[in-house]
Amino acid sequence: MLPLDVAGVVVVLWLALGLLGLALQRSPHLIIRVIFPIGAIVSLVLAATGWWALNELSSFAILPLGLPDLPFHLRLDPLSAFFLILLGGASFGVSLFSAGYFKSMPSNTLGLLCLEYHLFLASMALVLLADDAYMFMVAWETMALSSYFLVTTEHHVPDIRKAGFLYLLIAHVGAIAILLSFGVMQGGHGIGAYTFAAMREAHLSTFWASAAFLLALFGFGAKAGLLPLHVWLPEAHPAAPSPVSALMSGIMLKTAIYGILRVTFDLLANSLDGQQWWWGVLALALGLITAIFGVMFAAVQGDMKRLLAYSSIENIGLLLVGIGLTIIFHVYGKDALAALALTATLYHSLNHAFFKCLLFIGTGSILHATGERNMGRMGGLIHHMPWVALLMLVGVLSISGLPPFNGFVSEWLLLQAFLLSPGLPNNYINMLIPVAAAVIALAAALAAYVMVKFYGIIFLGQPRGEAKAEPHDAGIWERIGLSWLALGCVVLGLAPVYVVSQLDLVTHALVGQKLGNAANGWLFLAPVDIERASYSPVYFLLAVLGVMLVTAVVVHYFYHGRLRRGPAWDCGFPEQTSRMQDTAEGFGQPIRRIFEPFFKIERELPSAFDTHPRYHGRSDDRIWFALYLPIKSLTEKLSSWASLLQHGRIHLYLTYTFVTLVVLLAFV
Amino acid sequence: MDQSLGILFQIYQSLLVVALAPLLTGWVNQCRAWLQNRTGPGVLQPYRTLRKLFHKDAVIAYNASPLFRITPYILFGCMWLAAAIIPIIAVDLPFSPAADVIALVGVFALARVFIALAAMDIGTAFGTLGARREMLVSFLAEPALLMVFFTASLISHSTQLPRIVDALAHHQFVLYPSLAFAGLAFVIVLLAENARIPVDNPSTHLELTMIHEAMILEYSARHLALIEWASSLKLFAYIAVGIALFAPYGIAEAGDWRALPLAMVALLIKLLVAGAGLALLETLLAKMRIFRAPEFLGTAFLLAVLGLLIHFLLGA
Repeated sequence: MLPLDVAGVVVVLWLALGLLGLALQRSPHLIIRVIFPIGAIVSLVLAATGWWALNELSSFAILPLGLPDLPFHLRLDPLSAFFLILLGGASFGVSLFSAGYFKSMPSNTLGLLCLEYHLFLASMALVLLADDAYMFMVAWETMALSSYFLVTTEHHVPDIRKAGFLYLLIAHVGAIAILLSFGVMQGGHGIGAYTFAAMREAHLSTFWASAAFLLALFGFGAKAGLLPLHVWLPEAHPAAPSPVSALMSGIMLKTAIYGILRVTFDLLANSLDGQQWWWGVLALALGLITAIFGVMFAAVQGDMKRLLAYSSIENIGLLLVGIGLTIIFHVYGKDALAALALTATLYHSLNHAFFKCLLFIGTGSILHATGERNMGRMGGLIHHMPWVALLMLVGVLSISGLPPFNGFVSEWLLLQAFLLSPGLPNNYINMLIPVAAAVIALAAALAAYVMVKFYGIIFLGQPRGEAKAEPHDAGIWERIGLSWLALGCVVLGLAPVYVVSQLDLVTHALVGQKLGNAANGWLFLAPVDIERASYSPVYFLLAVLGVMLVTAVVVHYFYHGRLRRGPAWDCGFPEQTSRMQDTAEGFGQPIRRIFEPFFKIERELPSAFDTHPRYHGRSDDRIWFALYLPIKSLTEKLSSWASLLQHGRIHLYLTYTFVTLVVLLAFV
Repeated sequence: MDQSLGILFQIYQSLLVVALAPLLTGWVNQCRAWLQNRTGPGVLQPYRTLRKLFHKDAVIAYNASPLFRITPYILFGCMWLAAAIIPIIAVDLPFSPAADVIALVGVFALARVFIALAAMDIGTAFGTLGARREMLVSFLAEPALLMVFFTASLISHSTQLPRIVDALAHHQFVLYPSLAFAGLAFVIVLLAENARIPVDNPSTHLELTMIHEAMILEYSARHLALIEWASSLKLFAYIAVGIALFAPYGIAEAGDWRALPLAMVALLIKLLVAGAGLALLETLLAKMRIFRAPEFLGTAFLLAVLGLLIHFLLGA
């Protein structure tokens, strides 16, 4: 029995559960209460398998499936194993949450949804297990299609259909690039060379290696939401049901990161040498732009799921910065530093999976409780939904990169990688790196702004607008799902030493070096050297909690604990209404003002004499207007030219055929 | 032996900072009063205020959530931790490997996020206004502070404060041009993060200009006392960082407890001078419009990045 066998069984089980769900669509109760929880347990098994596989040798298998002479190859190596842990661990929480969340769904939709949901999970697992280009593309496309159908679950809404189409379109443009990249890597060696094993052996010339890398970066970047291919994220995420948004944002985007890592450090490993430093610089620069762009746009959003979608773009940017840094260090032979940067990247992938899934499913609970996605009509939910509020606070603190939660650890590692970077043989890069570190710091600080806005507007303050009178807290299944993911954020934040020791197995496989830990024991995380840098989240937490506790006891013991409640003071202003608070728009206003040139702002201000004043403001993405609309109009123009030939009359088409034949005969 | 001495140092410093912090605030206020030709309340006034506040009954709004009540304690815990890990009298602090400079910036950020959330909790106009402005000021100040620390870390090849201070204080005296830029940036960050003129005014309740005060309007009694104490600790921590990075001379070497009295005297002199300097700056500068603040802080950020670049270019 090998880990790969178990992983295969997991995939089959997911598929079976999906089909069973379709068959059981007359009894929605069973789907909700049985199939989703079993699917969650299967997720957990997958995560455990990944953990097991991390410490085992890579295992291979050839399936008797696929086309004749083109069987499917499977392989489970440390990189796949790590991403399987990510997939299993995060989807466990999301599936448990789904068991509560989908209960209000009409039963005929539910069966189909259950099939698509589990197919989506299975295809993501297959993407990670695939060991040949054919199988990879099949799994990749299944993933794209199943997620497309999940996004368009509520296909009767025209906007959702539009969002789904945009997603499908960009996913396929990306898929073509990935296919071409595989084509370049197999280098015309015939049908035997489509396996990853053959690609690993191949030596490509610098030009073709770069072409393969660029195509892969484009293709996987389209899936990840890299600028300027990010436009589908803020459309598709709000359209999809919340657990689906969670899976897409938390896990599916990571398959793209997996793809970039697989191609760069595994398939092209033979062709990666000192000449390719610019690959790293390109990835670094793109990542920085994506990160700062994402967080800037997140700050001005009013829709909570769009805000999270933009925040995902930011995090993908940070991951790409990590990859870029790893490439730079690796090609210059500084593998210890490459291991550090890669560890930060992998760690952040895992962290992002947990906190983004947590926040997205949390928005699902809020959506059910209030029926609103617009933050401007929420407020004060902490009183009605204490569980969701507490668990999402963990997510918010994690994503803001605050100690002692998990987001801080990966940010810390990434910044350490920057600090250790001087001394590269290329002066140009040496100058770029401090600027890059500054941009990362700026993005991290802005992320805290965004998250204060997100949490403060939704959960705190007084209720705004006329949302449902009494929002209810999440049900027990939803709470379990949320709690699992919140627990993940806390554990990943408190036990970085163990996590890094496991990640070492992956970094060793990819860049040939382990990060290790310079300190003894599990309390201190100290990459490279204990004198140089160290961090201990456990001591940190104990110190803050200890001081808090002692202070509370001392204050209450020496003085008193008397507490009265009264109306809010607010500097003595007599009348306060909920409309005096900041809306989501108001809270983002300073950012919009500072970064004004980056937004396309449309504003409608009421006149001073208006008896029913209405304010209307929109901040749009300039890239959409500058890049996508011209492409769209160009496509329309081309197709209208093509339609000149099409009249729908059969004799005309026969004439075309005849003319073509005559022309061909004339040539031959 | 060495270990237990270190722990003694750590406990001593922790108690020292928490006791001294209000005194520093009092000193700054007193200096400002003198500079403005007022008599001033005396340097002990902050202690009297704290005592008065602790005795009062706490009044909170009807719709205050548990987050609102726990925030003062979190704030106090974070700031005490921050002040306790900065080496000011001796460089061996056994707790300091648990949190390096990046974690120090993280502690400040943690406290800031909580106070901003607590400010939004009641849902008053001033609370959200203060929270928004605080986050606006900090999103530029925080990266600038991080860049200042980076410059110092690159010089000393470590992100641990004791190592940095050790490298800067006890090794051969070298002038670092990069640190000059970093120092300028740090002063701006210090003014902004501690709600000082020209970004904020600590002694105003004028609605349209306040930031920090707007956030804590709803607090009273022991909660307010803890927040005020935490603010003193924060000011103390920032000034201590400034001393540690830019004037660390006189600090005791590792294990050298005999140098401690001298280090104490040096520290007191440095704190007095820094406090007076802060009061002078505040008296000379005028409060700026809130939308000028990003430009001001952007300058700090660019200066800090410039310092870092200079370090990469000159290697110093």
